[in-house]
Amino acid sequence: MRLRIANGYVIDPAQGINGGKDLLIEDGRVSGFLNRGEEVSGGLEVLDATGLIVAPGFIDLHTHLREPGAEYKETVASGAAAAVAGGWTSVCAMPNTDPVNDSAAITRFIIEQAQRAQLANVFPIGALTKSSEGKELSEMGEMKSAGIVAVSDDGRAVPTAGLMRRAMEYARGFDLPVVDHCQDASLSAGGVMHEGRWSLILGLKGMPAAAEDVHVIRDCVLAKLTGASVHIAHVSTRGAVEAVRRAKEAGVPVTCEAAPHHWTLTDESASDYDTNTKMSPPLRSRDHIDALLEGLRDGTIDAVATDHAPHHADEKALEFDQAPFGITGLETAVGLAFDLVNQGVIDLERLVELCATSPARIFGLTDRGSLAERAHADVTILDPTYEWVFDVSASKSRSRNTPFDGRAMTGAAVATIVSGRLVYLNPDYSRITEMKHRNAATK
Amino acid sequence: MQNVTFNRKHLLGIRELAPGEITHLLDTAENFRDISRREIKKVPALRGRTVINLFFEPSTRTRTSFEIAAKRLSADAINISVSTSSMSKGETLLDTARNLEAMAPDCIVVRHSMAGAPQQLARMGNAPIINAGDGAHEHPTQALLDALTIREYKGRIEGLKVAIIGDVLHSRVARSNIYLLTKLGATVSIAGPGTLVPAEFAELVEQGLSVERRIEDAIEGADVIMILRIQRERQDAAFFPSMREYAVHYGLHPKHLERAAADAIVMHPGPMNRGVEIASEIADGSRSLILDQVTNGVAVRMAVLYLLAGGGHAEVDADATERIKHAAKAETRNGTTNGKRKRKQGNETPNR
Repeated sequence: MRLRIANGYVIDPAQGINGGKDLLIEDGRVSGFLNRGEEVSGGLEVLDATGLIVAPGFIDLHTHLREPGAEYKETVASGAAAAVAGGWTSVCAMPNTDPVNDSAAITRFIIEQAQRAQLANVFPIGALTKSSEGKELSEMGEMKSAGIVAVSDDGRAVPTAGLMRRAMEYARGFDLPVVDHCQDASLSAGGVMHEGRWSLILGLKGMPAAAEDVHVIRDCVLAKLTGASVHIAHVSTRGAVEAVRRAKEAGVPVTCEAAPHHWTLTDESASDYDTNTKMSPPLRSRDHIDALLEGLRDGTIDAVATDHAPHHADEKALEFDQAPFGITGLETAVGLAFDLVNQGVIDLERLVELCATSPARIFGLTDRGSLAERAHADVTILDPTYEWVFDVSASKSRSRNTPFDGRAMTGAAVATIVSGRLVYLNPDYSRITEMKHRNAATK
Repeated sequence: MQNVTFNRKHLLGIRELAPGEITHLLDTAENFRDISRREIKKVPALRGRTVINLFFEPSTRTRTSFEIAAKRLSADAINISVSTSSMSKGETLLDTARNLEAMAPDCIVVRHSMAGAPQQLARMGNAPIINAGDGAHEHPTQALLDALTIREYKGRIEGLKVAIIGDVLHSRVARSNIYLLTKLGATVSIAGPGTLVPAEFAELVEQGLSVERRIEDAIEGADVIMILRIQRERQDAAFFPSMREYAVHYGLHPKHLERAAADAIVMHPGPMNRGVEIASEIADGSRSLILDQVTNGVAVRMAVLYLLAGGGHAEVDADATERIKHAAKAETRNGTTNGKRKRKQGNETPNR
């Protein structure tokens, strides 16, 4: 089974490739590049990527799939469908399911569900502590054998420095990065939005930026102490970006990600109490966004991650204080990342680095994040000029909680290939498949 | 006078109102005030209309005030008290709204412990919504009744210096008052413990607001002193060490009044914690307008209900207001009411 992705423009930062090439895929793996028009013997399918960008498959480091336990919000299959529709060939599933993914059995269950769906690759993240209660370390070694790629108690910050230190020291033995949702609960408890002018106006309890800052600084100090790989989830504050920048300059093994809503919307978005603007960390003020953009530009922020957090409409139809935190993100993230390109914050190569190259490196996903020979044939095909409007009613996710319904965007992933299989094709791009069996037919 | 109208469907807060709209509400309330001084305290303005008082948070004063206001306008007023605990195990805000809508009320008055609930109900349903206080967000009718009271005794809002003292952080009354007073040209100083009066409050409005650390500095030269209630029920953490210390450093004492303008008036939205945020001598003293505030509350709520539940907007309202004004004046001429307000008997007037 061979596939040629012809006439596209390949961007693969891991190999320093940035130019017009045809990608050849064989049995689910990359077998190399061909020059335009270069003939190969034997039958093969052809996808026509004329005018499109061919990039290594995008990897989301931060996804909530809700299965097991809350299948009414999302299943592994529905989440994977939303992922590939948004251009993500792989998603890393956070462990805050019910029960929490703190055991090899649940890890295996999630992987099996993903294999059944045959859409995106799903890499489970194991809980850092048992039931994510922040008390005893989880069985990281067992889960690693079953397939986890990192540990985290996401949604809850690791409460004490002592526990975090032990988790780092232990996880290091299994080469598992430690992912932390940084928020000092003693500062942010009860908060439902960013603390600032808008929280005062709206009379809602705020979560100060300082709650994130002190926690990120703590984790950077501990990463230095332990030498463990620490990945800061969804940085949203200037202080967090600056702390990570300083730590990196000092050679501390810390990485971080940013979620599109955090650089796209300010806290003012909550001004009419739309619960689809409620997430944790919260939408921040302009100055914090400026710091995120700077971090995305200069490399302080390593990855774009969606923090896709589906919730049922009934749950979001509550009072702002009562509604759960989180929004969906898999199908809007790439479009919102293109905003950065269109605004001149980053270039296309950096976009691919943020969505594919760096995520693979951070979680140690071997043979992914690059189109090198023998790599998994996960490919995201992008059209930077595609003008579209996000319509949540057409979302593949089971949930509809997004503040981006009706948002016009320019640039999108238009086709998604996982292990050499075309798993998503934007209906506006059916031309991609029109050459499908040409070579085979003319043979 | 046709152009000055209140054209909104809902009254959710003061922040979004233009100065002219606020003045129109106050003028309308002034006209309605006289009705409560008649022997027969009832006009047929809202006959056949249904007003639902939907209270998700306990309230005696505000609920009663709205109920009396509705009844004096001949509306059918229904009180629904929903404990938020039963909400959490059963019906959502959305379902509650839909169910009430199905009974076709002409207006829903909403009190809720969570900020934004009235906005959400306004978005979900069709009936006009009056915010009767939502969390720490806004309490527009309280600000209006405070303004009506100030206007009554000071004759104006513009140019006055107002001190707001106490738990500003958790106070919807303070927020609504800050918006209203600064929109109408007063300058406001807020003060209290640093934990309850964050410095960021200075950014709440564009101009006319200052944050002071010491209450003495806020009170200096003040024409109006508003004392806020210490809301023990809202304090999920210790914002100050003890009631005793609060009373000593942040409670209003007679000595403070020496710093204020000679004819300063003192207000409190109630219910008071006597001896904590306000000394009894002041609460019961000649400068205190606390009971006048309550009286004006009925007039303000009549005006708001009339403008929102009346079914008509714009010109219709302006005409009707004129009619009420004429009717009230006619009665005053006939001597059935005492049009001009008198100070409480036996007390010296602060209007020296």
